[in-house]
Amino acid sequence: DFNERCAQCSEVNWGLTDGGRYYCRSCHNVTERAREVVNTDFMTNSRVQTISKGLRKQEKNGGGCEWYVCEGFQLVLKKQAEALEALGVCSQMKDEILCNFWRCYLQKSKQAYCNRPAGETVKALSVCESSTDVDSEPDRPSLLHLLSLSESEGDLQTDCSFASSMSKVSESTSMYSGSVDGSLYLMKNQKEKLRMTMPMTLSFCYMALLWLREPITLSELLRFVVEGHIPYLNVFQHFPEKMKLCGLDLKIFCVESWPVYEEVHNKMLELAAFLDLPRFPDITESCFLHPDMLCIKYLMEANLPDELHNWTCRVVKKIGIGEVDFLTLVPGNKSTRKVKYDILAAAVIVVVLKLLFLLDDHYEWLLSDLAEERNKNNKEGGLYFEFRKWYEVVKHALDVEQKKLDEERAKYVWRCEKPLFYSVKNKSRVLKRRQMVVNLQNQFGKLSGSVQRAEKPSPSSFQLSWSEENTDGSCFHGHSLKGILQEKCGLLTAMNPDYWLCTVKLCNEKLCGHLAHYREVDFPQSYHFVLRLFSFLLRIQPSYIHDEVCMIEHKLFNKKLYKKLKYNTVLRK
Amino acid sequence: SSYEHKLNFRRSKEACLSYIQDAMLQKQWKRAAEFLTFYVESLEKDYSREQIGPSEMIWRIGTEILCHHSRSSMKEFNCFMEQMKTLGVKRYLKVCLEHVFHLLCNGQIDEAYQNLSLAESWRFGEQTAIQNKEMKLIQAYRGLLDYYNWSKQKNILLEHGLDGFADLSVEQEMHSCFRKAVMNLKEIIKTPGVWDLFVKCYVDLLEFYGDHNEARQVLNEYAYNSRFPANPNAHVYLYQFLKRQGESKKSLISALKILHDIVPSHELMIDFNTMLQKSKKRKKRRLGLEVIFAALDYAGWKENVKAWSCLARQVKQIVISEKYLDWIKEEWSSRKDWWPAFHFSRYLAKRNWQENESLSYEKALVAGILLGKDCKYFKYVSHQGCKAQVKRFRMLKKFVNRHNLVCLRISG
Repeated sequence: DFNERCAQCSEVNWGLTDGGRYYCRSCHNVTERAREVVNTDFMTNSRVQTISKGLRKQEKNGGGCEWYVCEGFQLVLKKQAEALEALGVCSQMKDEILCNFWRCYLQKSKQAYCNRPAGETVKALSVCESSTDVDSEPDRPSLLHLLSLSESEGDLQTDCSFASSMSKVSESTSMYSGSVDGSLYLMKNQKEKLRMTMPMTLSFCYMALLWLREPITLSELLRFVVEGHIPYLNVFQHFPEKMKLCGLDLKIFCVESWPVYEEVHNKMLELAAFLDLPRFPDITESCFLHPDMLCIKYLMEANLPDELHNWTCRVVKKIGIGEVDFLTLVPGNKSTRKVKYDILAAAVIVVVLKLLFLLDDHYEWLLSDLAEERNKNNKEGGLYFEFRKWYEVVKHALDVEQKKLDEERAKYVWRCEKPLFYSVKNKSRVLKRRQMVVNLQNQFGKLSGSVQRAEKPSPSSFQLSWSEENTDGSCFHGHSLKGILQEKCGLLTAMNPDYWLCTVKLCNEKLCGHLAHYREVDFPQSYHFVLRLFSFLLRIQPSYIHDEVCMIEHKLFNKKLYKKLKYNTVLRK
Repeated sequence: SSYEHKLNFRRSKEACLSYIQDAMLQKQWKRAAEFLTFYVESLEKDYSREQIGPSEMIWRIGTEILCHHSRSSMKEFNCFMEQMKTLGVKRYLKVCLEHVFHLLCNGQIDEAYQNLSLAESWRFGEQTAIQNKEMKLIQAYRGLLDYYNWSKQKNILLEHGLDGFADLSVEQEMHSCFRKAVMNLKEIIKTPGVWDLFVKCYVDLLEFYGDHNEARQVLNEYAYNSRFPANPNAHVYLYQFLKRQGESKKSLISALKILHDIVPSHELMIDFNTMLQKSKKRKKRRLGLEVIFAALDYAGWKENVKAWSCLARQVKQIVISEKYLDWIKEEWSSRKDWWPAFHFSRYLAKRNWQENESLSYEKALVAGILLGKDCKYFKYVSHQGCKAQVKRFRMLKKFVNRHNLVCLRISG
């Protein structure tokens, strides 16, 4: 707990106020330090049974040991947490939060920390010896059955033998998986227990980050994963030598696609509910994830004027998306729409741009011309923001970065040095292939000219950066919006009196997955450009941002929509 | 598309391939090599369901890059090919063959021979039977190189022969090459296909050793067996052989007949027409006319003096005899709409006269007969010719004038 000496009386005698802050019992000095609510009471007090139990049955060949799939995942999570720590996340994440979440998961899914581990009671299905000739062709019927996860067990061959105890399981399934319970793991009936997958490790991480309100959004987390700063692809190469990975383990631990935002996010919500977690720590105005804060970041990255922040804050306030209760995650509550902080903030900016510039491929350019005119007569020293200039600069930078990203996608390296083989019989073939790949890479690498793969660039929170020190005027942060605003009753308001809604009616997200259906051709090019910009920054499809924009607009123009649903979509503000 | 932020292994490699393709199309070999290094890891994934798997892609792309890249060498190329051979057993012989072709193109005959011998001795279960077509080709090309060696030995022998030295070892070597070559070449030409090179070499060998019957049989088979694809060269080879053998005009003509049907613009049509013109048989003469007209339908013959002189001679002869004018009429009826612009324009008249007097002479004769003395071509050329006081043009003018009525009957 808190062990510092009191600033006033130097005693170490702390208590907690109602508000959760530490106060000195001796002199009643209240500190600003709040106790981090690390709720461990989501764990039930069951008899704890550790996963690794004393003596391990050493395998005769290769010196491998018995290991369970969940141990593998535990290792993965540990590695990921360490990487996050290296990125600056507090150590509490690894040592307490993630750890406890994981233990809770194991308990709830009955893989450990409970009376009986799941494997014991489930009958293991294995194919009898004569047909277990696992060679390099992975499409033998028995394996194919497991691989394709067929529902009906009646598909199995009739001469199956049923193993009823763990030891037998390990013997017969060791041909299919290095782990003890690899084949069990892939059986479909585990669904109710929220079977662990590689993408889910990221859900765990994100959940822990969210609990601690760390300044990393989900899109950033996933970007770090893709850039290789967080172990995910080929994480198994960090498994100790003794943990042999083969057979069905490959299907569990090998990843061949980039993690998908939606999937990781949804799983995180499922997980939070599954673990019966209480309301997460409050997301308040001073949190990084609060839209006001995130908007600052994104405005900077999008090279937009700082002054726009006033407008984003106004929108946030008006529609109540800055409220603690709106932003804070309450697991299991199905009635509220879950907040995607990064997408929300980006969408707020888009709405603000629409409010000020209309973005109908027409008005924004007129305004820009006006601002340009005003700039000529501008004696104030600071420049007025011109949409056209901004568009040219940002579009150019975006195109360059997009092109780089496209090439990176084509050059993405999926395999690592540690080779994987489905079975021992497969091994020599796999190793030969690896050798050939390495040879070919060397041979053609020499012919590539001086282009050598640079070291992994260090992780950066900002993908686009603009410096005010550049004399070429490519930084718009300090530009003023006065060029496009007018004075009315002593207040500065937007000159633009109009607004167009992205959609008049929102879809039912639960039915069709989206609030609206975005097609580039249906919308103005300026709007598409802005979506594209944030789509690049967040590494998600433009349609997701578009959904959030629709949601915000409907909140913003709620009353007017209610009355004017029948008429055209252009409204007066 | 670039807005796709999802990515999996397959899509990533597809994208990689399209970058390679672009680079290759723009001859940016360094860039292609660069992307290829990222593509090769797809060898470690199972693509057995795809039509063209990564191993074949890498073989083909790698070959192209190594052929064109400025810094690659034959040594590197050979090393690469050896790796490719181990990569796909189903393609082993094909890769061997292509490797051999590259070696041959780079003048490395001995290495090519070694590779062929090695490939010939390859056995791999049922693959050997499946790849037997490629095996046949390998044997055939080895036979070809045996022929090449034989040819070298033969030339050495001939040179020494002149000096009076008889080199026994060379002779033995030569015969040994002959035997090897014959064995392999004979095999391949049994299979229907286009085997020009092999046939030529084989026939050459047979002729040298005096086995004319076999040679004749082979050539006949090659030309007339309907299982073989229609091949003009087959007839050319047969014709040339028969000519060498001093065969009768009759058999020569019959050899060229099909060639005329397949390739009316073939250069041998001149020989054909010449033989036919001289024939006593009316039908043959008629055919001759058809042949020469058909040849001159082609742009490539427009300025061929020999061809025009053949035609000129024949139509002149017909006009003088006043017999068989309808032959000309028949030939001319389908041509009178376009030959005047094609061959006998005023522009061409000028050009031909300037560039090639003989050409213009022959053409003028034909024009004068087919189109009459008032046609542009004839008028211009004959006028120029007479102005230049070239005797034959005066004769020409007289001739055409004299036979003008006949000519009118033709053009009418």
